[in-house]
Amino acid sequence: MKIIVTSSGEKPESPVDPRFGRAAKFMVYDTASDQYETVDNVQNLQAAQGAGIQAAETVARLEADCVLTGHCGPKAFMVLKTAGVKVYTGVEGTVADAVARYKSGELNPAEGADVDGHW
Amino acid sequence: MKIAIASGKGGTGKTTVAVNLALAAARPVQILDCDVEAPNSHLFLRPAIDETFRASIQVPLIDADKCDGCGECGSFCRFKAIVTLPGNPLVFPELCHGCGGCALICTRDAITETDREIGTVEIGRSGQITLIRGLLDVGVAMSPPLIRSVKARASTDGLVLIDAPPGASCPMVAAVSGCDQAVLVTEPTPFGLNDLRVAVETIRELKIPFGVVINRADAGDNRTVEYCAAEDIDILAEIPDDRRIAVAYSRGEPLVNAVPEFKPVFESLLERLQTSGRETRRSN
Repeated sequence: MKIIVTSSGEKPESPVDPRFGRAAKFMVYDTASDQYETVDNVQNLQAAQGAGIQAAETVARLEADCVLTGHCGPKAFMVLKTAGVKVYTGVEGTVADAVARYKSGELNPAEGADVDGHW
Repeated sequence: MKIAIASGKGGTGKTTVAVNLALAAARPVQILDCDVEAPNSHLFLRPAIDETFRASIQVPLIDADKCDGCGECGSFCRFKAIVTLPGNPLVFPELCHGCGGCALICTRDAITETDREIGTVEIGRSGQITLIRGLLDVGVAMSPPLIRSVKARASTDGLVLIDAPPGASCPMVAAVSGCDQAVLVTEPTPFGLNDLRVAVETIRELKIPFGVVINRADAGDNRTVEYCAAEDIDILAEIPDDRRIAVAYSRGEPLVNAVPEFKPVFESLLERLQTSGRETRRSN
């Protein structure tokens, strides 16, 4: 399965980016290969509107099973939910920590957005 | 003749200039209050509103049976109002600017358009002045379509004064576009000058002849006058920093009625705007 973590950098030791739509990078972790891949989110950092929606579309097109992030707004959450991607909010620490906590079953999926849009 | 009263910075006196120009005209005039997020011309004109319309924009409605999920509409929409996940197009009407491009680009005829109400247009009269104002609904972030709706009701002849929204982005452009002349109201402060420069860049891009009115003219420094001289911009009028103006404003009294000695300032400003036919001397 594929786990996407919003990341401030390109390494497993990089801190989790608390923003979803305007995250610096997406780190894509594949449980089968135990490998990380980095996907840019550059176009959304400067987007006037719809950054969360576009980021959610990117995540859905990467065929991720779940997203680990700090916060997720209502529009992004709706897109992710429609695409069948589970969202875990309130995640902190490094990308590798987040993945480890997910694997240990420590995290609970969010039932809705945890912030308003444009928070 | 359509004259836009605009400014980069908010609170410089656009409404004061528009309302007092209308009163100084002493003949039938239309004011279009296009500052639809905070219209306030009515506070001074106190018109009797006799017509009210709802304004809407066209947003997409997707027929899921016809849609094959190709994603063309979603990738076309620069405002991210449509997301096409496989088989599941999602529409976010609040992000839609109503351009209609998605319906045109759809090869399956799966997209029709439906009305989304965004605000109200009111028409009222006060003496010889007809006020047409837009009022954006709370929670709506899309003012240009409402501004265009207000402008669509302007008369095609006679004097039309447009009270524009502050700034130099889409709402201001929507209000000012198509006008014969523009007045940029500013104040002689660093903020006022900074935002004036931005507004000047925009208005030059629109190729609309313009001049500057400096409000609270003796309150700041000389840099605005120097900037206008360097840029070859006409200063059409200066309004002093006078406590009586603030008092009248706070009471919702038009300046030319409360302190008649200022009436000639607006009469000569109007005269200059109507007779000049000036062009921007630098159009870049």
